[in-house]
Amino acid sequence: MKHRGRIGGHVGGTLLSILTIVLALVMFFPILWMVLTSLKTEADAFTWPPPLFFHPTLEQYDVALGASGYFHYLLNTVVITGASTLAALLLGVPAAYRLAFYPTKRSGFTLGWVMSTRMLPAVGVIVPLYVIFKTLRWFDSYHGIILLYTAINLPLVIWMMRSFLQDIPYETIEAARIDGATLWQELMRVIVPMSVPGLVSTVLLCVIFTWNEFFISFNLTITRVPPLSVYIVGFKTSEGLFWAKMSAAATVSALPVMIAGWVSQRQIVRGLTAGAIK
Amino acid sequence: MSRGIMRGTLPWMQRPAIIYLVILTQAPVLLTLYYSTTNWNFLRPDRPARFVGLRNYLDFFLARDTGRIMLNTLVFSVAVVGLSLVLGMLLALLLSREFRGRGLARTLMITPFLIMPTVSAVMWKNMLFNPAFGLISSTLAALGGPRIDWINQHAMGSLIVIVTWEWTPFMMLILLSGLQSLQKEHLEAAQIDGAGPLATFRSIVLPHLGRYVEIGVLLETLFVLNIFGEIYTTTTGGPANYTTTLTFNIYLEAFKRWNVGRASAYAIFAVIFANVITLLFLRIIRRGRDGEAA
Repeated sequence: MKHRGRIGGHVGGTLLSILTIVLALVMFFPILWMVLTSLKTEADAFTWPPPLFFHPTLEQYDVALGASGYFHYLLNTVVITGASTLAALLLGVPAAYRLAFYPTKRSGFTLGWVMSTRMLPAVGVIVPLYVIFKTLRWFDSYHGIILLYTAINLPLVIWMMRSFLQDIPYETIEAARIDGATLWQELMRVIVPMSVPGLVSTVLLCVIFTWNEFFISFNLTITRVPPLSVYIVGFKTSEGLFWAKMSAAATVSALPVMIAGWVSQRQIVRGLTAGAIK
Repeated sequence: MSRGIMRGTLPWMQRPAIIYLVILTQAPVLLTLYYSTTNWNFLRPDRPARFVGLRNYLDFFLARDTGRIMLNTLVFSVAVVGLSLVLGMLLALLLSREFRGRGLARTLMITPFLIMPTVSAVMWKNMLFNPAFGLISSTLAALGGPRIDWINQHAMGSLIVIVTWEWTPFMMLILLSGLQSLQKEHLEAAQIDGAGPLATFRSIVLPHLGRYVEIGVLLETLFVLNIFGEIYTTTTGGPANYTTTLTFNIYLEAFKRWNVGRASAYAIFAVIFANVITLLFLRIIRRGRDGEAA
């Protein structure tokens, strides 16, 4: 469709490209606004019309990160996300390995069932979990939340790693085998190196979904363990009007996942659709 | 897909994962089912929970606000999924072209989906929608328009805007995958036959995208129905119950009214509906797998 007559095609094409970029900026604008606000002083944040040129300052980050226990929540988020991702990998990669390389008639069913657990609404289990957690004194505890998040990440790990492992061309494995490789060598020299990119994407996707999770943390934690998503909700009323500070806290909370998402964007579709779409 | 014999795959490799999932996901659902048949209420420790059969389910159909809640849920999910489908399609079409800056545009466009939902909600509520200081109101006022309290006067609309903004990239990415998987030869063949862009779109692109649209709509519906954080942060279900969806109502019933039995019954409805959608999704995947060598 770009070949429909040189001049019309080129101009039309350029216009469409500009339109696309404009739309992208419009979509991104609220985020940009938040980041800009975080670099202003509170006075600047409330000036109307918003100053086009202002003195950017990092003081809000100083305040946001230093005071109000922000670091506590950040630490919680990091611990919970890291531990549950790791646990999901430990449980999920062997399962993915078997499902990828030894498909049986039941594998399809198993995989489908695994997917269905991921699609279970959190409201369907939150009440018993609350009761159980309170009974076991797991309420507001690291291990309780980590156990749950592992269960959320596990299906993701299974279907992503299975998908990536299946992508490894058999000829490469065969070639190594012909060269007389043992199982261990086959693993270390072919399978592991070729699945590292997939592993990285899987980890990033787990991080994205765990970091942003809110419902379960909100209802099963109070003071010791809540992650950033719960902390941010403290800003929901505009009383106090510390918007620059709020923007700084919000930006820092959202930034790691933004970067993780940008890096792994090609794999996001695979992760979101359970490998149905690559 | 002849794989020959793969070594090192033992049956025990998948069992821990499966057992783990069964314990943590299936067992609680069974418990929810059990609770839904009792009248357990945490605010009434004097009255021990008794078996009341299906009364909680009956209450669901008879309760006064059920109609409102289901209407909210329907409006919310249909609007968000529908709008993100249309916008996502538009953006996917634009991004399917090759041009300089395409990577950057795509990166910018997917970002709303990556932002923590509570952050999105707080950002939109305070910085954009706020009637006194928000950007939208201030811009309108500068142009001589009114200062509208979006969150309070147009609660559902504001909520739909926020969530659509968050989820459009999801739909866009799926549709973009569909567009990019379309064989170039088909498109060029159509061009050679003299088909204009609109005809090509209708008879080649659209049918191919059908499967992707199905997947996108099903998945997004599933996830959007479970949305909680954005509602809690912006409207808390209000004003009154005008933005209370089924999911949010379950939360209210369980953790504000502490009527655990009733909340569990409502939750079972949500689970059943999610299962229906999941089954449809699995059917589409299997259909695709049989159709192509996936």
